[in-house]
Amino acid sequence: MIEEVLVTARSNPKIDPSLGVWSWEVPMYLFLGGLTAGIMCLAALMILLRKEDDAPWAAKKMVIWAPVLLTIGMGALFLDLEHKLYVYRFYTTFQISSPMSWGSWILLLVYPASILLILCSIRDAYPRIASVIDRFSVGHWITTYACRHRQQVAQWSLVLGVFLGFYTGILLSAFSARPFWNTGFLAPLFLASGLSSAAALVVLGTRNHSERFMFTKYDIGLISLELTLIALLLVNLSTGSGAQLEALGLVMGGEFATKFWLYFVFTGLLVPVVLNYWEISGGRIWAFVSPLLVLYGGYMLRLVTVEVGQVSTWTSYTHSFDPSLLDLLR
Amino acid sequence: MAHYAMVIDTKTCIGCGDCVVACKTENNVPAGLNRDWVVEATRGTYPNLTTEFRSERCNHCSHATCVYTCPTGASHYWRDSNIVLVDAGKCTGCKACIAACPYDARLIMHPDGYIDKCTFCHHRVEKGLDPACVSTCPTRCMHFGVLDDPNTRVSSLLQSRNYKVLLPETGNRPNVYYLL
Amino acid sequence: MNRREFIKLSSLLAAGTVTPPALLSGCSSQRLPGSGQVVTTPTVCDICFWKCAGTVYAEDGEPWKVVGNEADPHSTGRLCTRGTGGIGAYEDRDRLRQPLLRVSDNGKQTFKPVSWDEALDFVAGKMREIADTHGNDRMALLAHGSGGTHFERLLKAYGSHAYAHPSFAQCRGPREVAFALTYGEGVGSPDRTDMEHAGCVVLIGSHIGENLHNGQVQTLVEAINQDATLITVDPRFSVAASKSQHWLPIKPGTDIALLLAWMNVLINEGLYDKDYVDRYTVGLEQLTQHVQPFNPEWAYLETGLDPKLIRDTAYAMATSAPATLVHPGRHVTWYGDDTQRERAIAILNALLGSWGRKGGFYIQEKVDLPGYPVSEPAKPNTDWKTIVQPEFPLAPTGVSQKILEACTEPGSHFKGLFVYGTNLPYTIPDIRATLDAAAANLDLFVVIDTMPAEITGYADVVLPECTYLERYDDLRNSPERVPSLALRMPAFEPRHETKPASWIAKQLAGRLELDEFFPWGDYSEVIDWQLRQVGSSLGEMQKIGVKRFPRRTSMYFADGEDIRFRTPSGKIELYSQTLSSHGYDPLPKYIAPEKRPQNYYRLNYGRGPAHTFGRTTNNPLLFELMPENAVWINPLVASQWKLQNGDYVQLKNQDGVVSNKVRVRVTERTGPNAVFIVHGFGHTAKGLRLASGVGADDAGLMTNVKVDPIMGGTGMRSNFVTFVKT
Repeated sequence: MIEEVLVTARSNPKIDPSLGVWSWEVPMYLFLGGLTAGIMCLAALMILLRKEDDAPWAAKKMVIWAPVLLTIGMGALFLDLEHKLYVYRFYTTFQISSPMSWGSWILLLVYPASILLILCSIRDAYPRIASVIDRFSVGHWITTYACRHRQQVAQWSLVLGVFLGFYTGILLSAFSARPFWNTGFLAPLFLASGLSSAAALVVLGTRNHSERFMFTKYDIGLISLELTLIALLLVNLSTGSGAQLEALGLVMGGEFATKFWLYFVFTGLLVPVVLNYWEISGGRIWAFVSPLLVLYGGYMLRLVTVEVGQVSTWTSYTHSFDPSLLDLLR
Repeated sequence: MAHYAMVIDTKTCIGCGDCVVACKTENNVPAGLNRDWVVEATRGTYPNLTTEFRSERCNHCSHATCVYTCPTGASHYWRDSNIVLVDAGKCTGCKACIAACPYDARLIMHPDGYIDKCTFCHHRVEKGLDPACVSTCPTRCMHFGVLDDPNTRVSSLLQSRNYKVLLPETGNRPNVYYLL
Repeated sequence: MNRREFIKLSSLLAAGTVTPPALLSGCSSQRLPGSGQVVTTPTVCDICFWKCAGTVYAEDGEPWKVVGNEADPHSTGRLCTRGTGGIGAYEDRDRLRQPLLRVSDNGKQTFKPVSWDEALDFVAGKMREIADTHGNDRMALLAHGSGGTHFERLLKAYGSHAYAHPSFAQCRGPREVAFALTYGEGVGSPDRTDMEHAGCVVLIGSHIGENLHNGQVQTLVEAINQDATLITVDPRFSVAASKSQHWLPIKPGTDIALLLAWMNVLINEGLYDKDYVDRYTVGLEQLTQHVQPFNPEWAYLETGLDPKLIRDTAYAMATSAPATLVHPGRHVTWYGDDTQRERAIAILNALLGSWGRKGGFYIQEKVDLPGYPVSEPAKPNTDWKTIVQPEFPLAPTGVSQKILEACTEPGSHFKGLFVYGTNLPYTIPDIRATLDAAAANLDLFVVIDTMPAEITGYADVVLPECTYLERYDDLRNSPERVPSLALRMPAFEPRHETKPASWIAKQLAGRLELDEFFPWGDYSEVIDWQLRQVGSSLGEMQKIGVKRFPRRTSMYFADGEDIRFRTPSGKIELYSQTLSSHGYDPLPKYIAPEKRPQNYYRLNYGRGPAHTFGRTTNNPLLFELMPENAVWINPLVASQWKLQNGDYVQLKNQDGVVSNKVRVRVTERTGPNAVFIVHGFGHTAKGLRLASGVGADDAGLMTNVKVDPIMGGTGMRSNFVTFVKT
């Protein structure tokens, strides 16, 4: 029997008894970032695949939400910082080895790309806003430019959207110290989830019945892709090192089993995919139930991943003194 | 490149925690926070037992994932050595470094919002002194120095005794060595 | 005052402004430590009783750290865990701040903060009353710590020479008496063990390494570094056991059997130091005859130890002799036959020839420091001997529980009591009823302490002393390898209204017209005078802190030297005529321990390196290291009771006393027949805001006290506990 204990009490907040440095802010940011990526990718794809007329809301109207959601996400991230006055430091350097540094700069590129993507369809999608913009010479010039280079704008938006989606996954998977996250599957999983969430957003936002049908069908594919990637992720953990096996144990019968399987996989993935299938097979149901569950599932994916990943670790102790006693000192 | 290392002899470490208190007072570590701690590992079944005591802290890894992860460069190497320090003026408090340490070496959240951690007492090393924990240890089981010079105490200890580091498989190349 | 209710110092102290400890609050800047204005002051640590000399650092007027003084033979420049945490004692937010006087407030008794004048006038007034009504020999003192000498001087001048230190009857008394009976002198403090030169060290239950007497730990580790053979006899896998070549997991209470078996082997196989024994000892014949029945096979049945192991360890001891030390231990009041067990240890050392030899016991030497010239007080009518020696004629000093019993009816010899620096309810086992009775009966009960510990609840007057970092005390002149003097001087101004013991005693003396016995202004004058007698001065010592002096005597016996020991026969007494003539066993006898009741486990207690028993549990720096104790339970027992790590249980002893809840640690380091907890927790004093209500108190569970018939030691290891799940 190996008994490894902490002899001296340790109660560093957010670190003991298990790591909890990130709570809801980072999952919210990752979710909204993924959703933004999905929005841009779907819009760009509709343009590039010349399906704008079948999916007018997705191609032209949805994009306006991209910068809004992204800003809310970055706001959540700002809330998470402990040293907020120094937030500008993200932009005084570029640390090539740090995914977070990559992310800060990628976001700077995503904003102009999304603006261009909005502008290239704005005259069709939001004529009233377009007329306001057109009144300014700069606004008119950019809008015209975007409209003229619609295909390139869509291409670059697709590329940046994929980068953004992948980045939200790589941000976590780059942490070799957290066995649950340290897998290549996280990047495509988060992108797939972002696309799925964007598809659900289309189903919620559009008034066009055939567009709704189309994206309901797409979402079945995307959710199935997510489920596949999750399964592969778990298989990968199950054939991994000791630390990975322990990380897997957290969701298979461990303290996060209910949260993972019931609140996330069942409610956020399985139920919506079944509902979607039923809908396209002619079943009748309130249209908003499934997409809302998909959006909920998108957030839950990030939340559960961030929580479980922090608890997964290479080190553990069988006994220590009650860490909360040290609160008496603070 | 100065390669600093701490060498701790588990044969004579008694797990008394003097190193922990010394670090607290020397570095004015805020109440309730610890930069170092003591671990006890017991193997076997009564009465066939062995127990090992270890004083643990940041390992000042030669390939520190916390330095590589930091988005602002606040986590950095001091003066071309392997001593990892945090520049409070660049730290945004994003806590990526805390999540990035495979040893859960517990970089701590200073109440003012920036990351605080063991610094190998670089303010003492600069003056030619040992870190506070090493200087206080009553059994003299802790040693500190540079590994670049083969004649230093730490170099000769690692040459003459069996030793281990914590979790070498992480690939971080930690620099706190435990003599067996 | 007839009845004293126990007053809990809770909100009395919590109210009012709380000064946050500057050291422990966050620093807003990243300024490097030591870059400000640094001032150093020498000191002698008072956190435990090893008295290491150190240096206090203050930066920009704020306390920074305490570090060992390199010239000091006690610490060799490194303080232990508690000493390094000494700043915490100064910064403790719960320290006593002002004198407190017991008053009756609407029928309820409470403490009122008063001025020093009022408090001291009260005490002096009561002392005068006692002298007038009953006699001036009717005050007693129970003390532990440097400041106790000032109150001893006060009471002696007053006419009472009745004092006791709990460190005798509750700690090392048995070994001092046993060694004095054998060798003519005790082991002393610091213990005269020469471990750094030993080839073999034997620890009988001593858990050096968790018990953190600095010099003991350092010299034991030096022995380990030189590959000395370490033999540890302990039912628990202590830190020392983990560093030993031989760990003897002995059945609790059977140590004498093992010691007798070792004697049997050494004598019968001729492995003892014949020359030494011939030259210096008397009684070998009686000893030889005595140990014949106690061979290793017999010992196996009692101790559970393999006879081969017993023999092998005896051989190891003999091989390294005379550099073999059978360590006498420190806290040795265990089973009530402790003086006899220590006698066995002393005899074993004599057989190995280690007393006075390198690697065994060295000869101590102090600095020849004259005492400040003061008139000698008149001889008292009665003294501590009057109370103690009728029952314990061989006790060389006061027995604390007897003194306390003499404060109660019937008989009540003492009418007034001073308690200095010792938290009696947690120090003396099963004493709480006696304390209640004493509190009900005494005319005067004064407590002098730095913290609002439980003992303060019994007092009429609580006088707050400042910590060692804020005062002068007597020069440290310890008997050691190298004679040295160490200075304790204030590093900081006394906080709040606290005062040093020297000042308090002198103030009381003034009010009692005993000034002639305190002929100085500030106590530093005494220190300066003493230093000048040996060629130094206060000024010099304030710079260097520690001054070493050359030895005048040899540290070891010379080969073939003729020695006269201070025993009746002039020799080392293997067979003790003194014991025999007083009706005690002249040679150690083995008495089997009590059987463990079904489902009960022996309560094994001990020390932890983070704390000096209950004294430091509220020190914020040390609290942070070890905020609570945990009960060690063997995995077999734990699974039987369905207990897991992190659970909390209460311990119930054989007499039905239940402790407060304590954290469970499931570990193989304790056997299935015993549980282990660190002593000093489970405080109930609400004024100790960190320590109150945390952990379990083992002292409360020690209701089965085995009193040593020879010197009055209170044996504490005969209690058994079971678990009560919360």
